[in-house]
Amino acid sequence: MAAQQLQVKDVSVIYPGRTATEQVHALDHINLTIDRGDFVVALGASGCGKTTLLSLMAGFITPSSGQLLLGERPVLGPASDRGVVFQKHALLPWLSVMENTEFGLKLQGVAKAERRDIAAKNLALVGLKDFHQHMIYQLSGGMQQRVGIARALTCNPAMLLMDEPMAALDALTRETIQELLLDVWQKTQKMFFFITHSVEEALFLASHLIVMSPRPGRITHRYELDFNKRFLQSRDARTIKSSPDFIKMRETVLGIIYGDERAGEASKEGAHV
Amino acid sequence: MSESIGKGGAATAAAPSALSRLFAKRGVKPGEHFGAPGQGSAAGIATSTVVVLLLLWVVVTNAGWIKPLFLPSPQAVFAKFISVSTEGFAGATLLEHTLTSLYRVFGAFALACITAIPIGVLMGVSRVARGIFDPPIEFYRPLPPLAYLPMVIIWFGIGEFSKIYLIFLAIFAPMAIAARAGVRSVSIEQIHAAYSMGATRTQVIWHVIMKSALPEIFTGMRIGIGVGWTTLVAGEMVASTRGLGFMVLNAAEFLASDVVIMGIIVIGLFAFAFDMAMRKLETVLVPWKGKV
Repeated sequence: MAAQQLQVKDVSVIYPGRTATEQVHALDHINLTIDRGDFVVALGASGCGKTTLLSLMAGFITPSSGQLLLGERPVLGPASDRGVVFQKHALLPWLSVMENTEFGLKLQGVAKAERRDIAAKNLALVGLKDFHQHMIYQLSGGMQQRVGIARALTCNPAMLLMDEPMAALDALTRETIQELLLDVWQKTQKMFFFITHSVEEALFLASHLIVMSPRPGRITHRYELDFNKRFLQSRDARTIKSSPDFIKMRETVLGIIYGDERAGEASKEGAHV
Repeated sequence: MSESIGKGGAATAAAPSALSRLFAKRGVKPGEHFGAPGQGSAAGIATSTVVVLLLLWVVVTNAGWIKPLFLPSPQAVFAKFISVSTEGFAGATLLEHTLTSLYRVFGAFALACITAIPIGVLMGVSRVARGIFDPPIEFYRPLPPLAYLPMVIIWFGIGEFSKIYLIFLAIFAPMAIAARAGVRSVSIEQIHAAYSMGATRTQVIWHVIMKSALPEIFTGMRIGIGVGWTTLVAGEMVASTRGLGFMVLNAAEFLASDVVIMGIIVIGLFAFAFDMAMRKLETVLVPWKGKV
């Protein structure tokens, strides 16, 4: 039975420095619960600890204090119950699209016919049905990222972690993959945790939006949103993104983030004086 | 307004002296990138260079401007090639010399492949292995093989093993260093991705790290075999009765320049042919090199 919940309990991460003043409080007493079917998006100015939070959930780093629980079990390291999609695709260039997608199952010793079957299903889900034999370097950036998503899904994780997967994509491809992600989310009902710099992307995708603030990294605002569900019903992204309440929300969140950016610049200038 | 236009126009309006034309901005042919250095195929020019050098060799030697002792004519070298192939030189035919040398170089190369690549990879993935192997390798790597040849002979005698061992030592360092650098070329995201798909540490090393190191391991093998050929003559200096290096050294003692040059050409051709084969193999085995 896949875990139904991820809990981040009073977690702090302090990157050590040579002196006490050089220590970086990347995350300061974070509490967050992600339930099955939640699409949590983290948004914030650079240096607010978004990626640190994702790395904690993935198990790539361990907290300085506090605890992460996936279901009943503490998160102690990376495992196949948490799939990760990276900013740069991080696919293996010596393998074909199919081989990349089935890679995790192959490592786990799943029989070839079975893992091919699962991988083919996930490739179809991300719209790459006809590209099984292509090599990674023959694909466009958007298609590479689709393979990344299919690969992460193939191990059937309870949770999908995405670290700015669309940062390097053009606007049109971004919108297509955003819609694709919502479809995948609806079909799989997994926990999604997604990091982005783009306020519009965050609002469109999130069922739960957390806005983070730097120095020290903490969650300052939490919103429950339904723009994603409205899209899944109407399939009309443009109307939703140009609706008055979407724009109002966008300005509110932008205001928060710009406030943080300015505060950050001011404190940097202050340090130089 | 006119000033900004004038500034841009200055480059095109400059006096077209030969020097300024050489350093001027140039337009591009279709399919080329503006400003990318050294683009286009050099094969035609390379062929011309070879032809010109050969012609120069023919003319200079046949006109009698240079004595055969200093530079024998191509015909003389070719005649030697035939006579050494059939009658032999210094107790063995050209084929026997060549086979002996090939055995030594490739024996050393094979030994280096099965030792240097695993050790280099180990140095990349393990702090302990790096600490153990780094100092000795970095110390002996820049030494000329001729400097430690006497010690190799004192330790291992004048038999076949010393010769192969000397060449092996010269190949080992660059190959181990290339394998180690290859390991470092894997991205942390690829490693993290593998762990997130349930990979064990051994699987990560085998399926991710080794594979991403492959292009650089190949480069290391190419450099290694090249070093092997350059060390061949040193390896065959002492107590040899056969080998291309021995043949060249022996001929030099008798001032047989034609045999020396013939030997050099044979070594060069083999080294070149093998490098070409390795390049070909590279495009087949690591087709993703330079593309990601």
